[in-house]
Amino acid sequence: MRVLVAMSGGVDSSAVAGLLAEAGHEVIGVTLQLYDHGQASARKGACCAGQDIHDARRVADHLGIPHYVIDAEARFRAAVIADFADAYARGETPVPCVRCNQTVKFTDLLALADDLGAEALATGHYVRRVEGPEGAELHRAADPARDQSWFLFATTRAQLARTLFPLGGMPDKAAVRAVAARLGLPVASKPDSQDICFVPQGSYADVVARLHPEAAESGDIVTIAGEVVGRHDGIARYTVGQAKRLGVAAQAGGVRRVVVALDGARRRVVVGPAGGGTRLVALREVNWLTEERALRCAVKLRARDSLHPAGIVPTADGAEVHLDAPALPAPGQACVFYDGSRVLGGGFIRPPAAG
Amino acid sequence: MTGLDANATEKLRPEARQAVLAALDLGGNPASVHAAGRAARRLLEEARETIAVRFGGRPADLVFTSGGTEADALAVHALGAGRRLIVGATEHDAVRTAAGGAAVLPVDGDGVADLAALRRLLGEGGPALVCLMLANNETGTLHPVAEAAGLCRQAGALLHVDAVQAAGRIAVDFAALGADSLALSSHKLGGPPGAGALLVAPALSAGLAPLIAGGGQERGRRGGTPPLPAIAGFAAAALVARGAAALAPLRDEAERGAMEAGAVALGAGAPRLPNTSCLALPGVRADTQVIALDLAGVQVSAGAACSSGKVARSHVLDAMGAGALAGQAIRVSLPWCAGPAEVDAFLRAYRAMAERLSRRAA
Repeated sequence: MRVLVAMSGGVDSSAVAGLLAEAGHEVIGVTLQLYDHGQASARKGACCAGQDIHDARRVADHLGIPHYVIDAEARFRAAVIADFADAYARGETPVPCVRCNQTVKFTDLLALADDLGAEALATGHYVRRVEGPEGAELHRAADPARDQSWFLFATTRAQLARTLFPLGGMPDKAAVRAVAARLGLPVASKPDSQDICFVPQGSYADVVARLHPEAAESGDIVTIAGEVVGRHDGIARYTVGQAKRLGVAAQAGGVRRVVVALDGARRRVVVGPAGGGTRLVALREVNWLTEERALRCAVKLRARDSLHPAGIVPTADGAEVHLDAPALPAPGQACVFYDGSRVLGGGFIRPPAAG
Repeated sequence: MTGLDANATEKLRPEARQAVLAALDLGGNPASVHAAGRAARRLLEEARETIAVRFGGRPADLVFTSGGTEADALAVHALGAGRRLIVGATEHDAVRTAAGGAAVLPVDGDGVADLAALRRLLGEGGPALVCLMLANNETGTLHPVAEAAGLCRQAGALLHVDAVQAAGRIAVDFAALGADSLALSSHKLGGPPGAGALLVAPALSAGLAPLIAGGGQERGRRGGTPPLPAIAGFAAAALVARGAAALAPLRDEAERGAMEAGAVALGAGAPRLPNTSCLALPGVRADTQVIALDLAGVQVSAGAACSSGKVARSHVLDAMGAGALAGQAIRVSLPWCAGPAEVDAFLRAYRAMAERLSRRAA
């Protein structure tokens, strides 16, 4: 089968390309050029392509497969970076990796796969696709430490049906590195990538400030009642649940405070006592990976979060999540529905209704 | 494999290959005093005479460089010193990057430089260096360089001509053009990569300011030991590259067939190189076309090749006002040895691609 492999230049997607080629598939490697690396790293005259593109090409050369670099800069800027900065300026905490998966990766690369007559797209994500009675299901990876299912909740069922995740069943990262080493891939011992790809150094808040200078302006830290208790250095540096960067507002009368809301319009950081929260979470842009219905499940409100038992109720424009116990979800983050290892769907957390 | 990307690099000519091998075996440094040095020097100077004469220049006015990019950079550096720069909108990056901050000479819809605009630009200030290529690398469009040279002379301006794509494919006569310098590249006319040359007008050539002074080679105009094998191959290729007119009917057939499959030919309304066709497929990204054809065994290119390998949007087609088609065009450039079999293979792959991709784009 002809398979398009999204190669980032890292060890995971390199191992995927190697495994599929070894299995006898006709593998076509593609690497998305998402941003100008020379500009992002602020080095004058640096090539627009970073080391990762170079590495992806070396891996493809080693495997003897064709490899192409796709210019996705304009699309990535509009669909991911602008959305990222807009969300922070509104007082939300976006997940750019989900946006990127939703747009540039799964939508555009599957279209390219169609254009090139490839039957499937394969990526190095740590999730499993399992054939179930309703069709393809999305499941957590075998390795809980590497599981990326939360980041892939927005993959549609049609996309899932055509996508392969060969690493989902790997016991751990060491096993993937062992595959890369066995295949002689030049990236076998390359360190894992960290943080947000388009902020290779410095602070993500600088990226936000370039597009939304107001999100970097200082403002008041207030209590829920509106009492000013401190100053902040730009709402883009805060997320709901955060306890750092609060200065004198960090506690009152021995009670630790955390951020409970961000008011983008008034550039205010709202704090309240730690341990509080809400039981009702409203979601937008909900993606269902099962039949849309009211159901009981466990939800994850952040990438690194425990599971919260909850009931889900579909609404006209999304869904309501009724948590059994209060939690402090951050608007803009994803709320993903799990039934055991299976992802049933998910959506983006809405800010609390005004007033 | 069907290689139709000669404007990226020409197929090596057998005569050039022989000359490279002979020079490799010869060895020697032309700067050495002893017999081996003299033998190398003789080969170097014979190559200089061959290439200079072949393209209408004097051997004494030819400076060997590492390639076309360095020849362009040397011209802008040496001739542009103290002059304002005027650069054709569709020049190669070798010129555009060397001539930062230059005024841009616009082109018409077929990519031909606008001489009325040149006259206006020449009148707008002090002494200028104008850079205008003989033939464009993406469309093959020929510029009215002799006429531009006349305008430059009247205005007291100098003219540098990038003849990298033209040399070997159409007649190139430096003296007859009336330009002040002319850049050439070995591998674009069937020689090996690694050598190029700048021909300089006799009045300017003696004291040409080097980019690299080094040990004073090339009469102080370009330091560094000359790559003799590449230069010998360059000369051998220059001798046998006597025009590509025979490729025109093949190119026309490929272009006609592609247009029947839905392509739009860009720059086809102006005189152009006989081997080049720029074909836009409306609604289909250029990189997708290049990849699809490559997977079908046909090698073409699009836009400017970035070192990342991505297909960047074409500044040439943008300057021609091609609009959205600027991101949807590929370049087909036939090598000197192309025949009907190459055209057939191209059209088979192109039709299949156009049918699949146009349907999806619709």
